[in-house]
Amino acid sequence: MSETLTPTAETEKSGHTRRMTLNMGPQHPSTHGVLRVVLELEGETVLKCTPDIGFLHTGIEKQFESLNWQQGITLTDRVDYLANLSNNLAYSLAVEKLLQVEIPPKAQWLRVLLCELTRINSHLVWLGTHCLDMGAMTVFFLCFREREDILRLFEMFAGQRLMTSYIRVGGLALDPPRGWEKRVRSFMETLPSRVDEYETLLNTNPIWVKRTKGVGLLPVEEMLEMGMTGPCIRAAGLPMDARKMMPYSSYEKFDFNVPTSTDNDVYARYAIRIAEIRESIKIINQAMAGMPEGPVQTSAPKVVLPEREKMKTQMESLIYHFKIVTEGISVPAGEVFQVVESPRGELGYYIVSDGTSKPLRVHMRTPSFGNLQALPNLIEDRMIADSIAIMGSLDFVLGDCDR
Amino acid sequence: MLPEILKDNAVAAALEQADPGMLTGGNNDLNELTLEVVPEKILDALRALKAQKFERLSTVTCVDRYPMEPRYEVVYHLQSVSRNLFVRLKCRVSGEKAEIASATAVYAAANWYEREAWDLFGVVFTGHPNLTRIMMPDFWEGHPLRRDYPVHGFKYSYQNE
Repeated sequence: MSETLTPTAETEKSGHTRRMTLNMGPQHPSTHGVLRVVLELEGETVLKCTPDIGFLHTGIEKQFESLNWQQGITLTDRVDYLANLSNNLAYSLAVEKLLQVEIPPKAQWLRVLLCELTRINSHLVWLGTHCLDMGAMTVFFLCFREREDILRLFEMFAGQRLMTSYIRVGGLALDPPRGWEKRVRSFMETLPSRVDEYETLLNTNPIWVKRTKGVGLLPVEEMLEMGMTGPCIRAAGLPMDARKMMPYSSYEKFDFNVPTSTDNDVYARYAIRIAEIRESIKIINQAMAGMPEGPVQTSAPKVVLPEREKMKTQMESLIYHFKIVTEGISVPAGEVFQVVESPRGELGYYIVSDGTSKPLRVHMRTPSFGNLQALPNLIEDRMIADSIAIMGSLDFVLGDCDR
Repeated sequence: MLPEILKDNAVAAALEQADPGMLTGGNNDLNELTLEVVPEKILDALRALKAQKFERLSTVTCVDRYPMEPRYEVVYHLQSVSRNLFVRLKCRVSGEKAEIASATAVYAAANWYEREAWDLFGVVFTGHPNLTRIMMPDFWEGHPLRRDYPVHGFKYSYQNE
């Protein structure tokens, strides 16, 4: 946050044009949270754009240092509140890499399934709100109808709609609930036709096409230089996807494509996200078809709590239970940078352990922070009306950005 | 000096060849390449890596090892998309003179990451175009992510109100 950016209705006479400084946000609806952007305008052209972030900074990285390794999971949910399970997964994978534990196949498959549901959920919220910014209200209601179904599925798995904390260090929190296959399958059967429905509403809509095609161009080299990732860079033609490049959690066993486009505009980013929803459906169907049998937690007694029955009857299990609950697990000293592909782009957890039961440092390389940094490059010298479309196309979540 | 285990590593060997005094150590633990760089030569190392197709800077951050000295580790993660590689660079910076050259001259993406590291750790990045607070308000005193900065009760107490 910066006070030097105080907005003034200062008007400068330079030639015949009038320059104006405009304060957008932090309560502007199209900033999707609490982003403040200071725009310097000349007529309707944006000359300078200065994003001002930090309004949602909650010190999550500091809080990590005072919680033990398992408690940290609850904080990862709150980083990106539209991609909770992706954050759960990134943190768990990083800690598991330090612990060197194997995760059973069923847990890995369920992790993939849930992360893809998260991706669909996040893209639906993005599509709905982005359309709302552009004046297409119907799509918003349709997207939130499907999102509600996904949140109900999350509630079924984890007992929580948003802050799931379902993926834990060592596997999953619980066995999946009875009847989950039926619910997921029936949702997967309806979803493709619903996605068709959004496309019918938007693809040939003259207002939507006029406002998005040819808007928000940026060369792919500049995007790399500024640290942009995710659907935005794939819409510029670079097939950069951590699921393919550095497969984690058995993604290499799934057959899916990474959609790319070379149009590089707001419309291409929309098309990429729609294509990603369809790819996610493919992955979920494969995960359902090939779901392995077995436990959902690794058999490492120093990491995972013992079963309730064993804890009550066996001395050794009771000791492990007592140690984990009172002290927490201790993670060998070392450092790890685990990258996963969140719906918004590259999500990296850099974790440093000093061998104790609390992390020394947890740093999150979040996609929204990197994408938002490129906002001035995208908006400057363009029309102010386009800035709304461009901002929406970046799909940032301010919780993810400010942490 | 390059440790024995990294002699066969192409990235490390190329840096060592560019300037033999640049690296002070490194490892490949957990299959993640870490190179320790002399803080004065960080820009040379970044330039050499950028020439080696490490197109993007993923993140810049800091680790505080208080009360050890030098207490700060400035950590850079670079990715080569075309070679599908990650590399981690690490510079040890002392607490009395917490200063290092800004990477913005090489990678524009370093801008906000370095502002964040300065804001939360107080490590100064010299040559940075706009080294102001990014997460905390402008009037904030201190750097919250330092290990000697308490989680509760630093200046404001919400407990007894």
